[in-house]
Parts: sequence; structure tokens; C-alpha cells
Amino acid sequence: MKTLAVLVATILAAWQGIIWLSDIPPFLLPSPLAVAQALWLNRVEILRHAGFTLTEVVLGFAIGAAIGAALAVSMGFSARLSGVLRPILTFSQTIPVFALAPILTLWLGFGIAPKIAVTVLIVFFPVASAFLDGLSRTPQAALDLAHVMGAPRGRIMWHLRVPAALPQLATGLRLAAVYAPIGAVIGEWVGGARGLGALMIHANGRMKTDLVFAALLMLSLMTVIFARLVSLGLHRIWRRYGV
Amino acid sequence: MNRLADPAATPAASLSGRAWVGEAPLFAPVDLVLERGRWTCLLGPSGVGKSTILRLIAGLDTGVRFDGKVHRDQPVALMAQDPGLIPWLDVTGNVTLGARLRGTLPISFMAKYPGGRPSGPGKGTDGRGAAPPADSAARADALIRAVGLSDRADHRPDRLSGGQRQRVALARTLFEDRPLVLLDEPFSALDARTRAQMQELSAGLLAGRSVLLVTHDPAEAARLGDRILLLREQGLSECPAPPPRRQGHARPYDALEVLAMQADLMRRMMA
Repeated sequence: MKTLAVLVATILAAWQGIIWLSDIPPFLLPSPLAVAQALWLNRVEILRHAGFTLTEVVLGFAIGAAIGAALAVSMGFSARLSGVLRPILTFSQTIPVFALAPILTLWLGFGIAPKIAVTVLIVFFPVASAFLDGLSRTPQAALDLAHVMGAPRGRIMWHLRVPAALPQLATGLRLAAVYAPIGAVIGEWVGGARGLGALMIHANGRMKTDLVFAALLMLSLMTVIFARLVSLGLHRIWRRYGV
Repeated sequence: MNRLADPAATPAASLSGRAWVGEAPLFAPVDLVLERGRWTCLLGPSGVGKSTILRLIAGLDTGVRFDGKVHRDQPVALMAQDPGLIPWLDVTGNVTLGARLRGTLPISFMAKYPGGRPSGPGKGTDGRGAAPPADSAARADALIRAVGLSDRADHRPDRLSGGQRQRVALARTLFEDRPLVLLDEPFSALDARTRAQMQELSAGLLAGRSVLLVTHDPAEAARLGDRILLLREQGLSECPAPPPRRQGHARPYDALEVLAMQADLMRRMMA
């Protein structure tokens, strides 16, 4: 932690030093001090936009995680369904979300819906893929026992395969928590006037590069805190499983 | 004499047929009959299909092509080399796993464990397989006492030794209360002393049930088999009937006749 602080301070100092010693105009690269100033002067507006973005992130993450988990469980149930869905899911990830975002805006309007949709698109895949991986790796000895014991498939899933796959589900959720804000910001870039993404596009258009950097800083901070909270939440919930 | 009139004369299960792995034959045509209330030992080296035969009788996937028929009209319990314990359940939770998976645990009992959820009466099994839910907790306690783990009933498997884990597996097998018990190399991974103790314990607790014991250890077959069948690449052959053993006990590991039988079985395996 201490090393990290020293490293960040060194980079900031070097950055500020380069600005002082060179003639780089502020609209190309603002100094760290200018960014800090922009952050402070626009704090109300930045926080307001961050609030919109956070709402999209939380909702998109929850819906995407639920869809991903549901997909994984249904594919875990049926090898045939898995055979059909797997290539479709992989194919869905070959389409860049950047290309989809304008279409989603066209379909869903300029409100919160297209932002959530983009976030869901980004979130569901790592969750589904990691969870399915876990569901297909239940120890064979336990599965054999369950069959001999006359357990119905649903109960094998709920009492054996799902708990055994919780570590992989947690991996998928942690990854998705880091990616979720990217989805929300892409959605905001494309349309609408609310959220940190919209703020960035707007500020960029007016050459207010210091404000762009300030918004980026806010976004990064939010992402780190969100991912950390998800991680802590998972830890608390699943400690009782000894995961 | 009418065989069907005498329940002891009808076999607990039987299997006849042959199996291939891909195009390569796994075992030559075999004809195996498990007698009711006795220990049948299936002895042989690794890779001749002993476990495949056991899995076919259990109704599990084998990954081989089997041409023949399996007859079994009673429910089985399974205990294998890998005890298959659930890492997030304690000893009691593991012993009662079958009831949990069938949904026949009482609600108050399930609430103790994560993942436990109240549910209606189980439908999957009937007869001897499903105990009345009300006394399953007491039954589990009694079985855990019988295998000597009372003081560890709330331990998770990661805090148990290899021998203790197999004791949990034995209690879980008994909790199922099935007339036919399939043992697939259950003691192979244990040290010699623990193995001998587990053999004695199992002989006592499984007394009266029909047992198929798959093993590659002639000493184990000599201690536990009421009948010993040798499976080799050439096929299945019956070894001379061992002397009767005391009900509920394994034959002593140091008795001369047991050691002589072990040597004889070893010779037959090498032949």
C-alpha cells in the first residue's frame, strides 16, 4: 500500500513537472493540479452524473449477473441446450458493444434503459461462463453417490452442483463488477445527457480536457469501490460454505 | 424345489454379459450372481473391469459398451475409494446427505446447515431407502456413534484424517439402509492398520446385508469374502469357498489359514 502511494505520487510529480517544463497546451494534457481543480469546482455536477452512472452500473450488474447465472444453470441441466447456446453466447461476444450501443439507443431511447442494456451485455458473459465451468466440474464421486441415492436432478443441482461451483461464480462476478462501469459509460457516450460518460463527451467537445480527466478519475474511483464492495459481499455470503 | 418360494435363494443382483472399451474387449463374457445376505468379493488386478461391473450393477455411467443384462430389484448403497464427502457439510450433514438430496430431512434439522431449505416429503424412493423424516437425526447420531466419531459430529471433512473420512462414508452408507451395498475399493487408500480396523468395523456394521466388495487386495478378499470371484483378462473364475467366518466379524488378519488363503489368491492372480 505504501509502495503504491509512493509510486502514484512519483507519477503525479513527474506529470506536473513535464507540464511546467514544456509547452504542452492544457487542452491536450492538463496538469494534475488543473484536474484536481476541475474536480473540486465541478464537484456537484460530477457527483450528480456519477450518481446516474452508479445506478446504471448497479442495475445492469444485478440483471446481467442474474441472467448469466440463470443461463449457466439451465445449460448445466441440459447438455443439448448447452451445445446450442455455447456457440451463440461466444458469437454474441464477438460483436463489439461499441457497435451495438447506437442500435440499443435507437431501440430503447435516450433514457436509462439502453445504458442498462449495454451493461447487461458486458456483465452476463463472464458470469455465465465462469459459473458454467464450475457447474460442470462437480466431483464425480459426489455425483455417483447422488445418483445411487435416488436424488432428483433439481436437488442435485441445488444441493450439490451449485454450492460446489460457488468459487467459480465468485470469480465471474468479481470480473463482471470491474467491467460493468465500462458498459454504462459506453451507453452514455452514445446518447443522452446524464452520467459520467455523457459529461466526458460534452467536456471533450468543449476542449475542457481537465474536466474529462476529472470525470475519468471519478469513474475509476467508483469502479474500484464497487468491485471491492462486490468482493466483500461475496466473501461474507459464502464464508459459511467454506469457499 | 421352487427357488422363488425361498427369498434367500433368489439373488440380490446378477449381471451377465461382456463389455468393450471402443473396439477393445474390456472383459470376456462373465456371469455374476450376488447371493442375498453374503459378501461377494470381486478380486482382480487394475484395469480388468471390476469397477465397471460394480457401476453397471449400481446403474451408473461407465463409458463402456456393455452387451448383456443386469438384474437388480432392490435399492443399493455405494461406498468407494474416494469417500465423496461434501466439503461444506459437517459429519452429520454428510451422513444424512441422501435424505437431504431426496428432500426428506425435517425442516428443523436442515436449518442448521447452509444450503438447507425446507421441502415437502421426498418422492424419489420408497421402501427401505427412505427413513421416516422425524427420526433421521437420531439415526444419524446413532450411526456416527457406531463408527466412533461422536466427538467430531460437527467437524467438516477437511479436519478429518483419511480413516475418519472413510468412517463417515461408512456411516453415510448405513444411513441409506439399503439391502444391497456396493463397495468399490473402499479401503485401498488407507494405511495397513487403518485398513484392518475399517475391515473389521465394516464387517460388523454391514452384517446381514448383501455386499459386493470390489478389491485388488488378496488379503482383503481373504478376510471378508464369503465367496471370492477372480476377474482377470481371461474372464471370471470362482475361487475355492473360504471357511465360514464369524457373523459380524472379519477373519483375523494374522490367522494362518487366512494368510494361506491370501497366498493362494495371490498365486491365482499371478497365474
